[in-house]
Amino acid sequence: MENPYLPYPVRIDDIEIATEDKSLKTFKFVFLNEGDEEKFAYQAGQFAELSIPGVGEIPIGIASSPVEKGFVKFTVFRTGVVTSYLHNMKVGDIMGLRGPLGNWYPWDKLEGKNVVIIGGGFAFTTLRSSIVYMLDPANRSKFGNIDVVYGARSPGMLLYREELYEWEKRSDINMHITVDGTDDPDWKYNKGFVPQIVEEKAPQADADTFAIVCGPPIMIKFTQPALTKLGYGPDQIIMSLENRMKCGIGMCGRCNIGKELVCKDGPVFTLEEINMTPKEY
Amino acid sequence: MDTCIQKIREIAGDLLEKGEVERVIGFAEGSIPMATSPVAISTKEDAQKLCFSSTCGLNLANYASKEKGKKIAVVAKGCDSRNLVTHIVENQIDRDNLYIIGVPCPGMVDKFKIAAEMGGEITGFEEAGDTLIVSTVDDKKELNKQDYLRHNCSLCTHKNPVLFDVLVGEEVEEQQLDNAYPDVDAIEALTADGRWKHFEELTQNCIRCYACRNACPLCYCPTCFVDESGPQWVGKGQDKTDVDTFHFLRAFHCAGRCTDCGACVEACPMGINVRDFTRKLNKDAQDMFGWEAGLTIDKRPPLDAYSPDDPNDFIK
Amino acid sequence: MKFITIDKKDWAKGIDKSRGTYQLFGPVTDINGCQIKALDADVQPEMEYTDSVLSAKSVLFPQSEKILVTSLNEADDDHHIMKRADGDYTPRAVIGIRPYDARAIQLVKMNFDTEDYRDPYWCDAYEATTFVGLAINKPGPLDFSTSTGTGPFSEDGLDILLADMDDKFLAKVLTPKGEAYAAACGFNTEADAKESQVLFDVMRKDAEKTISSSVETDKLKDKTILDLYEAPFWDDVAFSCINCGTCTYVCPTCWCFDIQDENKLKASSRFRNWDTCMSPLFTRHATGHNPRGEKTMRVRQRFMHKLKYFLDKYDSGIMCVGCGRCVKSCPVNIDIRQVCETMNNYEKKE
Repeated sequence: MENPYLPYPVRIDDIEIATEDKSLKTFKFVFLNEGDEEKFAYQAGQFAELSIPGVGEIPIGIASSPVEKGFVKFTVFRTGVVTSYLHNMKVGDIMGLRGPLGNWYPWDKLEGKNVVIIGGGFAFTTLRSSIVYMLDPANRSKFGNIDVVYGARSPGMLLYREELYEWEKRSDINMHITVDGTDDPDWKYNKGFVPQIVEEKAPQADADTFAIVCGPPIMIKFTQPALTKLGYGPDQIIMSLENRMKCGIGMCGRCNIGKELVCKDGPVFTLEEINMTPKEY
Repeated sequence: MDTCIQKIREIAGDLLEKGEVERVIGFAEGSIPMATSPVAISTKEDAQKLCFSSTCGLNLANYASKEKGKKIAVVAKGCDSRNLVTHIVENQIDRDNLYIIGVPCPGMVDKFKIAAEMGGEITGFEEAGDTLIVSTVDDKKELNKQDYLRHNCSLCTHKNPVLFDVLVGEEVEEQQLDNAYPDVDAIEALTADGRWKHFEELTQNCIRCYACRNACPLCYCPTCFVDESGPQWVGKGQDKTDVDTFHFLRAFHCAGRCTDCGACVEACPMGINVRDFTRKLNKDAQDMFGWEAGLTIDKRPPLDAYSPDDPNDFIK
Repeated sequence: MKFITIDKKDWAKGIDKSRGTYQLFGPVTDINGCQIKALDADVQPEMEYTDSVLSAKSVLFPQSEKILVTSLNEADDDHHIMKRADGDYTPRAVIGIRPYDARAIQLVKMNFDTEDYRDPYWCDAYEATTFVGLAINKPGPLDFSTSTGTGPFSEDGLDILLADMDDKFLAKVLTPKGEAYAAACGFNTEADAKESQVLFDVMRKDAEKTISSSVETDKLKDKTILDLYEAPFWDDVAFSCINCGTCTYVCPTCWCFDIQDENKLKASSRFRNWDTCMSPLFTRHATGHNPRGEKTMRVRQRFMHKLKYFLDKYDSGIMCVGCGRCVKSCPVNIDIRQVCETMNNYEKKE
């Protein structure tokens, strides 16, 4: 078996500033060694450790989609030691990628179902991966209605803006983009916080509808009651958690919520599962 | 000792009953021989849990400063009282919120020394005045407490609390020492290589559990320099340089503030005499500034204050 | 399985003989007491020790271990490409390991050797190691190992179990690894298996009888995680705690670790270091948010992990072998036996 601590060598192929405040950048990596991309086969919802020798590692959700080949993408918020270093790296630099890690959104279970995707701020990365996956011509017919509620502080803080506006134009996905506020007179989408837009725009729950929620703790906290109001049961609300991680493979012991390890048993849990564990995230 | 315990319980019970304090911080009997545990008491009935003996080696000032905003009482030996003084001077405790139950201290015993003398695990420990009655599974010995005092206690010249609201016993006689720092002298007398070897060996088994730091009332920095990540000052592994950097810097951070209470050594699971670092700086503070930490709330420690009499030229 | 007798006169010679093929670890006393260490060529394991301050876990799981190395020198072809650090996985033997420490290694194995991932550093070291246990004829007052699924003569996780019979060791050789080690020492005086087993049983019973300390864990399984987590006693348990890492570092079953990079000039190394759930840094997010920011939460985590999460997850008892080291070393005398009792007897008030 291979060494789970040893990252695949990758080269930074492209760096894109993702938000107007430059606190987020999207990094596109290509694998240096033939065959590594196949070994890195992932599902939407998984994460990986971005590994910079001499600096450290950070667990980041995979923003590219399994249907996109030849590269992997991560959108990274600059906050700690490793992310700050990464933000200063250049195209062509060599680093490591360890993964894919964790579980994923339950795509088997979601087959034939309506999916409501709810995201806020920069926690839209694995949701982007999921949307691209579901919209892929090979997959679109596997799912019912797709609704997306995605909000950020301002238009310039929305991730993947061009793709969002493209999806807006499509008929096989219902987009509900929102911002907390904007002065832009040409803004033609929603204004208001995510929970409020969920309550107004998201479909009522039925047995065949599932919600995937990803966002900052405050958004999740207020989105839950909105979903409950719409009739979503705890088993129909699927969430992705974050915790401090090191190994990413369930061994180093820090990311647990009760007996579940967020890195290995998660990061994706249903609200029903989360309700049975201590809220240590 | 028994009357002193009685007195502590009475005073604590009284303070709690009258509502003068919310909690009384003292020592409770431990679950194994020679162990005691810091405890916070909040009812008169629970005051019966309080105890005092020669095994109350930790420093309760460390707990007092964590009860910010609450009115509390603290059981304080001489050294604890000096650290309470330090805390008051350094604005960690509000004197008005603090009731000091002073205990003239008979000295604490060295658990490692007793364990070494007994050879096996201790199964029983009793005190009768200056006699320690210690048992193991196959042995029972009467030891003279004075021979098994902790090193800092054997050199202590402030057994009586320096600041208190009540004393639970008669003040004890303070000893006069010809030389307060024989241990530091011994290390200073070594050759450079000898000193190097001494300190190399001293920390060879340090596991960086930080018990010394966490037991120390002085170490209240919200983020200790060893835990800082931006920038990271020290490596986190077992590299000797990193281990020693921790000990050296911590000692320097305590310079002129350390009361030689011995809590660091008491807490160390490996039995490392961490005081070898702090003692030298205590001696320097004494030699250079005539300073002993924690004796008065009216003066700031020397490294925290400017004086025209400063012996160093650069500051003038 | 067979029994061998080893005359103590031949012991040191045999141990020395094995050094040709094995790197040895064992108990040695230094200025800080008894430690389990790699033995220098002229050092014999001290077979009459009471107990080591730290457990034997470091033989497989050093406090600091280099796991990856990388050149940061752009002139090198492989710069910035990480590689596994060299490790010595030639045969090693740990002599005189306590039976409860050997059991602890089996518990730690559940973490490092899983269906999904295999930690190559720990597992390679494990495979390289022969565990030569020393039965405890006279358990200490803090030993509660018989109530944690092991005991003074437990064979679990051992390749050889030695019993001290004054002038000789009676060795029960339990595995082919044990046999190979005995052969490398030249210990081959076979003893009557039936008689020896009877002797072992008598000694085991005598040793177990002297153990007076115990924990009850029978009711832990039936309580829910949330009930125990939300129980009202945690603040009291945690009050005296100074949040040092002593309990976790002396513990033979605590396996949590940190990963850190260190650089020297143009060479970078990635280390795996012991970590402790008592430290606030253990769980602090880069944003500053800390899901276990208060002392009580961290103390609760330690006991919940050992006495409930592990129990529920692996169905192999509690994550404690009853060695008593944390009880002895805790600077403020937080006693896992008492906490276990409190948890075991806790009934949620409806």
